[in-house]
Amino acid sequence: MNALDAVEKRALGGSGPTTEAAGPWRSNRSWLTPVLFLVPGTFLFLLIIVVPIGQSLWISLHDWDGFEQPVWLGLDNYRELLGDPQFTTALRNNVIWLVLFMVAPPAGLAIALMLNQAIRGMRIAKSLFFIPLVLAPVTVGVVFTWFYDPTFGVLALVFQAFGATGPALLSDERLVTFAVVIAALWPQIAFCMVLFLAGLNNLSEDVLSAGRVDGARGWRLFWHVVLPQLRQVGFIAVVITVIGALRSFDMIAVMTQGGPFGSSSVLAYLMYEQAIFSYRFGYGAAIASVLFLIMAVFIAWYLRRMLRLEREAA
Amino acid sequence: MFPRPLPDDASAQRFLYMSLVAVVLALWLLPLLAIMATSFRTMDDLMRGNYWGWPERIAWLDNYRDVFTQTPMARFFLNSLVITLPSVAFVLTLSTLMGFVLSRYRFPGATLLFAVFVAGNFVPHQILMIPVRDMMLRAGVYDTFFALILFHTAFQTGFATLFMRNFIAALPQELFEAARAEGASPFQVLAHVVVPLIRPALAALAILTFTFIWNDYFWAIVLTQSDAVKPVTAGLANLRGQYVSAWNLVAAATIVVAVPPVVMFFLMQKHFVAGLTMGAVKG
Repeated sequence: MNALDAVEKRALGGSGPTTEAAGPWRSNRSWLTPVLFLVPGTFLFLLIIVVPIGQSLWISLHDWDGFEQPVWLGLDNYRELLGDPQFTTALRNNVIWLVLFMVAPPAGLAIALMLNQAIRGMRIAKSLFFIPLVLAPVTVGVVFTWFYDPTFGVLALVFQAFGATGPALLSDERLVTFAVVIAALWPQIAFCMVLFLAGLNNLSEDVLSAGRVDGARGWRLFWHVVLPQLRQVGFIAVVITVIGALRSFDMIAVMTQGGPFGSSSVLAYLMYEQAIFSYRFGYGAAIASVLFLIMAVFIAWYLRRMLRLEREAA
Repeated sequence: MFPRPLPDDASAQRFLYMSLVAVVLALWLLPLLAIMATSFRTMDDLMRGNYWGWPERIAWLDNYRDVFTQTPMARFFLNSLVITLPSVAFVLTLSTLMGFVLSRYRFPGATLLFAVFVAGNFVPHQILMIPVRDMMLRAGVYDTFFALILFHTAFQTGFATLFMRNFIAALPQELFEAARAEGASPFQVLAHVVVPLIRPALAALAILTFTFIWNDYFWAIVLTQSDAVKPVTAGLANLRGQYVSAWNLVAAATIVVAVPPVVMFFLMQKHFVAGLTMGAVKG
């Protein structure tokens, strides 16, 4: 290593020795270092995330209580699922979650449009609108359980103001899922709002003013000029919302425990219940596998699009 | 800008607009405000059914003091820190190493590896539950901090790697060429070129990861059993079961659980939002 190199190294902040023996490490480090960088993270991810997916699929083909030797069942767990009314309810509730959650992207966009003004105090308002997003789902669950309480909750108060009796949302079989979904929408809308605020911030001024020069205003400008530019953000918002809807577990565990009578359960909760409380690990794994396969469709959709964008960018 | 900005001189119009925003905001935060108000109420009030009337006495800090002295919440709070802080440090380290390699080197299988990390982020946790729980039991670490730290580190590394890879890929190519021309080793490039430039990304990632791990509930109940290990989220859920009528106490505990992520968010708002929206906006 010559003197100039050493000077420049120091400028870079380097403090490497100025004389190094050309051992096997030095001659191979250009490819060995990156490999070593990849190994710990990849190993951990494979061990704890990837391999267990395969193991769960495998366990789903067995009868297993978590202690004894698993007994091979083939597809029997899945056959049993088809005739299990609990499963049907959970699956139906997952669909309800999915459909109702689709309110989040447009609602988030609406709030983002409202907040996208440069007025004094707006920055604070924006931050306060974000708050539900950083709360733990457990926190949101407790907050809404209090809010919904039929005798003294805020909601009951509103009903009383109109001389009516507040509904017991969380103990009503027909309403309970909707009540939990509305609570879960709170942080989800905030999330979509953040995404759309960022999207609005990145609109092309040129295209906007061109649209304005052409006489487009209000709704027409929004529909034909703004919305097309928000497509990428919108896609991400929809994907995150879908995943969020299918993943829901915490709020149900905290607000209803799947009740009353299993009416608010979803696949994620039913799986937990079957495995932890009934020691039916094989059956639980089968429920998890169904949920995983449903989500795999969306994951594949997202990956395809992401990789295509990557290729275009490259 | 869309919608069209309100003109600077229309002060009446601006005031009206801001008032409307304030009303919507109050409605938006109503559930949270309600629980906050309850956290300042006395037990006597609740016993007499005075839930929303003017409090007989405002218990400014009594409930909060009780949460820390009468319930195990102080313990749970500490547990959460013991779980969250090392996990965040590990995630940042691993994802920086991997993000660097995935963004700067071409090798067979790079895209596949990357796709696996991204997909791994989105899987439902339940598909991992039985094997991961079993693994921790067999390894003898079930119901220890280590089990939760290990899981969170592995899981968050998926998202974090995607994040760091995109960030490092956006750094100017010339920097790397210059470093290579000088014969810098990969480690030197990472330590002296990359790390100083990715501080904002590390900040964003640190607070996002902190929030995700702090807020976790599922793994808290799947991998722990004893109060000595349980984090705040599981603690709060327990507390609500135990103190069914002491809503003033539950309310205060709820606020206690919410404070760290909210404070982190307000301190590092810019980074937090930049982190969340990364990759969503451009492209």
